[in-house]
Amino acid sequence: MQIDWSVILTFLPQLLAGAKITILITVIGLLGGTIIGTIAGLMRAYGGPVLNAIAFVYVELIRGTPIVVQVMFLYFAMPILVGLRIDPMSAAVLAIVVNAGAYIAEIVRGAFLSISKGLTEAGLALGLPQWKVLAYIVGPLAFRRLIPPLGNQFIVSLKDTSLFIVIGVGELTRTGQEIMASNFRAVEIWTAVAVIYLFLTGAMTIVLRTIEKRMRIL
Amino acid sequence: MSIVEFRKTSKQFGDLKVLDEVDLSIDIGEVVVLIGPSGSGKSTLLRCINGLEQITGGDLFMDGISVRAGKAQLRLIRQEAGMVFQQFNLFPQMTALENVAFGPRKVRGVSAAEARAQALALLEKVGLKDKAERYPSELSGGQQQRVAIARALAVKPKVMLFDEPTSALDPELKQEVLNVMRQLAQEGMTMIVVTHEMAFAKQVGTRLIFMEHGKISVDGPPREILENPPNERLRDFLQHVE
Repeated sequence: MQIDWSVILTFLPQLLAGAKITILITVIGLLGGTIIGTIAGLMRAYGGPVLNAIAFVYVELIRGTPIVVQVMFLYFAMPILVGLRIDPMSAAVLAIVVNAGAYIAEIVRGAFLSISKGLTEAGLALGLPQWKVLAYIVGPLAFRRLIPPLGNQFIVSLKDTSLFIVIGVGELTRTGQEIMASNFRAVEIWTAVAVIYLFLTGAMTIVLRTIEKRMRIL
Repeated sequence: MSIVEFRKTSKQFGDLKVLDEVDLSIDIGEVVVLIGPSGSGKSTLLRCINGLEQITGGDLFMDGISVRAGKAQLRLIRQEAGMVFQQFNLFPQMTALENVAFGPRKVRGVSAAEARAQALALLEKVGLKDKAERYPSELSGGQQQRVAIARALAVKPKVMLFDEPTSALDPELKQEVLNVMRQLAQEGMTMIVVTHEMAFAKQVGTRLIFMEHGKISVDGPPREILENPPNERLRDFLQHVE
């Protein structure tokens, strides 16, 4: 079989439609994951024993199981367990939220705890309540340290969306697979799929680098 | 009138008694110098006053408020007791000016313009008006500590607590910080200073306290005590510091 790169052009609209779904899952999933992760991370770092324990169990449960199993559970087991039927797209987004949230929780916790205790004391000694110390002093410093590991997690999560092929979400990898099944153009299609992923992660890297450059890591 | 009052105050870390039923009353206008070997409890004593360490026994009043009265009360205490740390602890993401203006803005709710004007005046007072726009990382240790003093003063405290303010500084930088402290004392600020600077204690202090094993073992006028140490261990200690 001859390699014919023009095949890619024919199927590009289809691939880009898949990429769009990948982006959608990633963006919404990471938005939710960042919120959940920040809350869980702060619970781990500053919550009392109860909040800390809840966040700890969540993080360990998610980090200890593969994301494929998590999304299968959400999509196939939840309807049986609680009678809650969700569409594949929602299951995919939810899986990213829950999964990325657990990893981001650890990133947030680490970043906040890495800020010198002396700065917290200096803030408290001025008469500020704890939450203001976190909001105005520790938070902005921790945020700067958060960016590199957060960027890493964003890229991992973006690529993890390809695993949602198992529940039939029409994202990029699934689209590639379907095209492949009809024309067997493995080299062309998988090359195109890989390059599109590279573009997506590359764009993400550029955005994160820009933010990083604007903020001096202190 | 006493502004700080320890009543049988104890502080324990696990089994370790760091403060052992301390009784101490400090009046407005006093410049109290706290000395003692490491682990004697002098820093802890200071940090209990503004609640950075929680006392475990007895009571402790600052400006008439008990440190055990609750979170809101503790914040009031902290507004009346400015603290200067050994490691400066300036906020690195803020300029010198922003560091000094921060307290009044976020604690006292002063307007931005007013906080800025106050901060500039305080920086001028510590001789750093020209460094207002610099970040802490661009300042020397002595300059950072002077900004830290200005930051603590900005909240308009009644008492200033100094926790080994010159211990992290080179000898030539110590003087600029000590000069600012001397000036403050002359203006009548009530100060409690943990330090190893005996010359400062002698010149500026109105009262010297020597601590050992979580207790106050000597308490009196600095000049007298330093020239004629009333106990053997203080004599020993002084020989090691000089």
